[in-house]
Amino acid sequence: MADFDQELDASGLNCPLPILRAKKTLSGMDAGQILHIIATDPGSVKDFDAFSKQTGNELLESKEEGGKFHFLIKKA
Amino acid sequence: MDQKKLAIIATKGSLDWAYPPFILASTAAALGYDTQIFFTFYGLQLLKKKLALEVTPLGNPGMPMPMGMDKWFPVLGMTLPGMQGMVTSMMKKKMSSKGVASIEELRELCMEAEVKVVACQMTVDLFDMDHSEFIDGVEYAGAAAFFEFAGDSDICLYI
Repeated sequence: MADFDQELDASGLNCPLPILRAKKTLSGMDAGQILHIIATDPGSVKDFDAFSKQTGNELLESKEEGGKFHFLIKKA
Repeated sequence: MDQKKLAIIATKGSLDWAYPPFILASTAAALGYDTQIFFTFYGLQLLKKKLALEVTPLGNPGMPMPMGMDKWFPVLGMTLPGMQGMVTSMMKKKMSSKGVASIEELRELCMEAEVKVVACQMTVDLFDMDHSEFIDGVEYAGAAAFFEFAGDSDICLYI
């Protein structure tokens, strides 16, 4: 996993909390910084893809590892 | 890109039906939508300072019941006193074990995200309610005010 500036562990949280927490964390970050999100909700894979497309915050990486989902999002 | 708008009418006052408006509004706000919910009739229960929302299995054959209760429990059994409270507390326990947010939490997230919350004044009068029963930040208006916002919304939902 590439470098990141902040990490958000949304494990155990269900829709729509991972997205809402990510949005909140991103709003406290600077443009260009990268947020690493960890989630266990299988729906979050499609949701973070959709979140990225609609907000312009780029989804750099999306993968499953050790039963968890990992996302890297670069703040626009 | 112009900011998109989402308008929701929330008409139901049960625990299960409280979820769609707050989930959709909070998510839309996170996606950058200008979002408004217009609460009318039983939907006003969702704005009470102290929420007392319940869920009933009555008249709802689609509701999965724990331990196969729907198979061995006759429909009439669900009308027994205390049954609705029991089903409600089981549902809340289930939701919290699955990491589903409470309505209080989702509502708070909506308010934080500046979702505009409008209550139907006619319903407030109809049910002899008082503004002091509702959370802060609620505006009171009627149908015309709803159309002012909904008229140029991109998505409009009746829940």
